[in-house]
Amino acid sequence: MKLLQTIGSILVILSILIFIGMLGLGTKSINLDALPGNNTHQTAAISQAINELDAKGKEVNHIGFVSLASEVIDKANEIQEAKFQQSGAPDGVGEWDFRFGGNVGGFKQKLSSTAKATGPVQSNPWLFFFLTFGLAIIGGLLFIIPKFAKSPGIKHDGIYHSSLTSGLKLTPRTIVLAAGIIGTLIYGFVKLNNFFWPLVTTVIGVLFIYFVFIKEKSKGKDPQRSASPVNTAWLGMLAGALLVGFYILLYWKPEYIQNWVSMVDPISEMLNGGKASRWFLYGLLYTIIMAVMGIRMLAKYQHNKYQRVRTYSVMFFQTAFAFLIPQMISKLNATNAYDNPIPAPDLKNMWPLDYSFFFNYRLDEMVANGSIGIFMLVWGIVLFVIGVPVFVYFYGKRWYCSWVCGCGGLAETMGDPWRQLSDKSLRAWQFERYIIHGVMVAAVLMTIGVLYTYFTGSYSILGINTDSLKSWYGFFIGAGFAGIVGTGFYPLMGNRTWCRFGCPLAGYLGLIQKFKSKFRITTNGGQCISCGNCSTYCEMGIDVRSYAQKGQDIVRSSCVGCGVCSAVCPRGVLRLENGSGDVATRTIEERTIHITEDMIYVKQDFS
Amino acid sequence: MHVAIIGNGISGVTAARWVRKLSDHKVTIISSETDHFFSRTALMYVYMGHMRFEDIKPYEDWFWEKNRIDLVTDRVESIEYTDKSLKMKSGNDISYDKLILAVGSTPNKFGWPGQDLKGVGGLYHVQDLERMEEYSPNLKKAVVVGGGLIGIEMAEMFVSRGISVTMLVREPSYWSGVLPPEESKMISEHILHHDIDLRLGVNLGEIHDDGSGKACAVTVKETGERIECGFVGLTAGVSPNIGFLRDTGLDIGRGIKVNDHLETNQPDVYAIGDCAELTNPKPGRRGVEAIWYTGRMMGETCAYNICGKQVAYDPGLWFNSAKFVDIEYQVYGSAPAQMPDDMASLYWQHEDGEKSVRINYDKNSKEILGFNLFGVRYRHKVCEKWILEKTHVEDVLKNLGMANFDPEFYKEYEPDIIALYNKQEGTNITLKTRRGLDKVLAFLNR
Ligand SMILES: Cc1cc2nc3c(=O)[nH]c(=O)nc-3n(C[C@H](O)[C@H](O)[C@H](O)COP(=O)(O)OP(=O)(O)OC[C@H]3O[C@@H](n4cnc5c(N)ncnc54)[C@H](O)[C@@H]3O)c2cc1C
Ligand code: SF4
Ligand code: SF4
Repeated sequence: MKLLQTIGSILVILSILIFIGMLGLGTKSINLDALPGNNTHQTAAISQAINELDAKGKEVNHIGFVSLASEVIDKANEIQEAKFQQSGAPDGVGEWDFRFGGNVGGFKQKLSSTAKATGPVQSNPWLFFFLTFGLAIIGGLLFIIPKFAKSPGIKHDGIYHSSLTSGLKLTPRTIVLAAGIIGTLIYGFVKLNNFFWPLVTTVIGVLFIYFVFIKEKSKGKDPQRSASPVNTAWLGMLAGALLVGFYILLYWKPEYIQNWVSMVDPISEMLNGGKASRWFLYGLLYTIIMAVMGIRMLAKYQHNKYQRVRTYSVMFFQTAFAFLIPQMISKLNATNAYDNPIPAPDLKNMWPLDYSFFFNYRLDEMVANGSIGIFMLVWGIVLFVIGVPVFVYFYGKRWYCSWVCGCGGLAETMGDPWRQLSDKSLRAWQFERYIIHGVMVAAVLMTIGVLYTYFTGSYSILGINTDSLKSWYGFFIGAGFAGIVGTGFYPLMGNRTWCRFGCPLAGYLGLIQKFKSKFRITTNGGQCISCGNCSTYCEMGIDVRSYAQKGQDIVRSSCVGCGVCSAVCPRGVLRLENGSGDVATRTIEERTIHITEDMIYVKQDFS
Repeated sequence: MHVAIIGNGISGVTAARWVRKLSDHKVTIISSETDHFFSRTALMYVYMGHMRFEDIKPYEDWFWEKNRIDLVTDRVESIEYTDKSLKMKSGNDISYDKLILAVGSTPNKFGWPGQDLKGVGGLYHVQDLERMEEYSPNLKKAVVVGGGLIGIEMAEMFVSRGISVTMLVREPSYWSGVLPPEESKMISEHILHHDIDLRLGVNLGEIHDDGSGKACAVTVKETGERIECGFVGLTAGVSPNIGFLRDTGLDIGRGIKVNDHLETNQPDVYAIGDCAELTNPKPGRRGVEAIWYTGRMMGETCAYNICGKQVAYDPGLWFNSAKFVDIEYQVYGSAPAQMPDDMASLYWQHEDGEKSVRINYDKNSKEILGFNLFGVRYRHKVCEKWILEKTHVEDVLKNLGMANFDPEFYKEYEPDIIALYNKQEGTNITLKTRRGLDKVLAFLNR
């Protein structure tokens, strides 16, 4: 059993090394059929630059190619600028359709990522698919399957002894987090060439820190239970770095990952009839990781049917709704060559988590598509206008967050080994409330702006540029927060960092859960021994014990109803329930230390 | 008024919190063990890597200052009852107006040869855990002496680190002094299944010195067998920690004697928790009940008494819980190891040997008396209400689903239990209420 697991680990590590190493294989050359440029004038300048630099047909390795592309575009820009200085733009052509201006960066990226790649990956995509995905799946399963042979029960031995899962000390964790946030702000400023929104974001961030430390008096109350006192998780840091690196490449540096995309071309062709995009690669990877790590959850929770059913559910929604159905729609589009391709969204995702739902291109796509498109539009709206309140009323936000959602699904499967790293301190809760509601407001404002532009055609409300707000939201929240910090920081801050601090949909679900829902966690009389397992393994950082030891029922907007607190409680104190009967009295503080009727009478004398 | 509390365990801390809630008295908690309160019941999880020590502290460190509870890390050497002062090891003596003794227990040692060697110890204090940590690297084999709740925890701890364990248990079956025979047998088998070498009906003879003052083996008294080991765990129960209080004028029996109001024989001195012995325990209850829950209830009661409201200590209906490796245990009411003549019992056990439900009732009146549960969770309040209201066992069975506290989707075994009852008693009752909160609330708030 140990041997199988060792082989499994080696295979997984090997597959990761190959996955990284393969990025450098083979060469790229300029693809003359897909030159960037918004019109023939710009494309012509680029062609000319290619000729002058003698870059045509030049085979360069993947990293070198990025500088080549950069050189070409810079040269083309020079050529174009010289022409412009000499004789201005030709008649009938706008200045910025002629000059490159702010497009230089975009052109460089496009020239790189549309290049013709050749090499071992392109000639043997299946081989590389096997060496990466294949080995990882086999290795993962070799590691996981033996776990089914263990007797059912809580499987937490050694979590805090492992340098993969024990978390960071508070100071290094704070430094890594701060570096991540500041780095993203600076990169955003450079990439979007916009100073205003990074500044606004910084000001809001500083305000939040002020609110928490001064207004809520958190200064001086340094949290002890949020981070490791002795161990520092070096392997966890490494895992975090790999995840962060992956997301940076995926979102912001796609020109370097052409080999990954080429590798899954044949699968993409099978499923949707077209070449793969980086988003296809991401979807495939996501689905496979959830499947393998979902099997791990099934092995870990053999004794807990709630956990198993819930895991099947997220695996199903990811595979069918997020991955296969959109592929099938694309295939339909490809084979029938519709004038207006049918939109292929993830039908279980909803606004405001799906923040681009109301973007003009998606609205246009749906409106242009007759009844199917209108159905998708109505479905998307009904989900959050009616679906959320009704289901949350009956079952709590868990119906979405830990049964359906893809982000939640990844957190519950791939992220499960790190769930204990959520910060349980009061300070973290104070930050959580400001940040999640802040993001929620930002999502709503951004969407209002986008819709305003859609209906009026004007890009400015009250002097604010709706388009730059939209880009900033997509960059900072959509990619930076949800992707890089949300997932990349699993091994540093727990698996629900995004769900807890960022997700605007979770904020909305949570408000309803808090104020109008039958869902709550009941505590079983006086049985709590204050051991802390529930709080430790609550991925949302809820200090469950602080309620349970007072006999108080738990009604918290952030609880995603994962049921793990109930699963790990060694005294059977917690139960997720739907029923609102006496919730008002059962959430009162200190109600049942003395559980006999006589003593309650005494206490009432006192209150 | 200054309320001084010796001991920062659950009973002392609960008393402090309630004194703070009920009054503005100055409160000081003194302990020589740790700076802050932690959950003693969770020590095992720190060793096993489930939690860090920080995680078993129920309150953040700033909690105490915010609630104006002063913490002193020091040892009380002796108490002057007449001038109301505490003699401290550091010399910084403390005077009090009211004193609460919440000094807990100490592990029993029965004078075994070798019991004070290095690599021998119980599991009670943080220092015991540190000792286990110290000896664990490269440890191949440990022997645990004693078959109670702490013994099995210690065995489980070693097993979690791949250290093989032999348990020497005096009783013929695991914890058979407390558990009825069927349950005791089931748990014994479960322990064996978890690679713990459980030896029943044997005592520790002696612990051998390796020549350097460290334990290297034990001999079993009955068989004379020698078992080589690098650590010997002594977990043969605990006794009130009264060593430093003997012969000081404090009335002491097994523990510190207290009346119904938790007062000792000395003025303004109270005793609570593991160290206290009730002079008049409630019928069916023991004078010393060294468990978490009673400590907590005593702490609260004591605070009321100190803050001017006389309240007699009433622990209510007996309940307790534990976990044996992977099997959770809950008990409500009466579930003795040996059935009295007038008690009847319905005992259902799942074929997997990891779940059982025992329902005890009066043979004649058929009133419900108690529940003993393994691997199945039942609701405290529902069971308690049935028992206090002397409900007829058949009424209980019909509504048994109300008691079920297992998570959603778990199989409900109530129909099987009722079928067993019907078979035993020749009745024909059926289950009317299944698991679910709404029915429970209607019942509890009736
Ligand atoms: C491993 C283990 C598992 C357990 N599991 C359970 C369980 O599952 N369920 C359950 O109900 N019970 C359980 N118990 C029992 C439960 O933990 C105790 O009943 C409870 O902790 C007693 O609390 P207390 O406040 O009375 O005393 P303690 O927690 O013992 O606190 C007394 C404190 O006073 C300090 N002290 C003593 N003398 C002095 C002095 N002279 N000067 C300064 N400080 C002093 C001690 O160092 C200690 O810190 C368990 C016990 C152990 C050891
Ligand atoms: S409180 Fe419990 S159910 Fe809710 S998120 Fe935390 S662990 Fe999950
Ligand atoms: S896990 Fe259970 S016993 Fe432990 S603190 Fe939480 S509710 Fe209490």
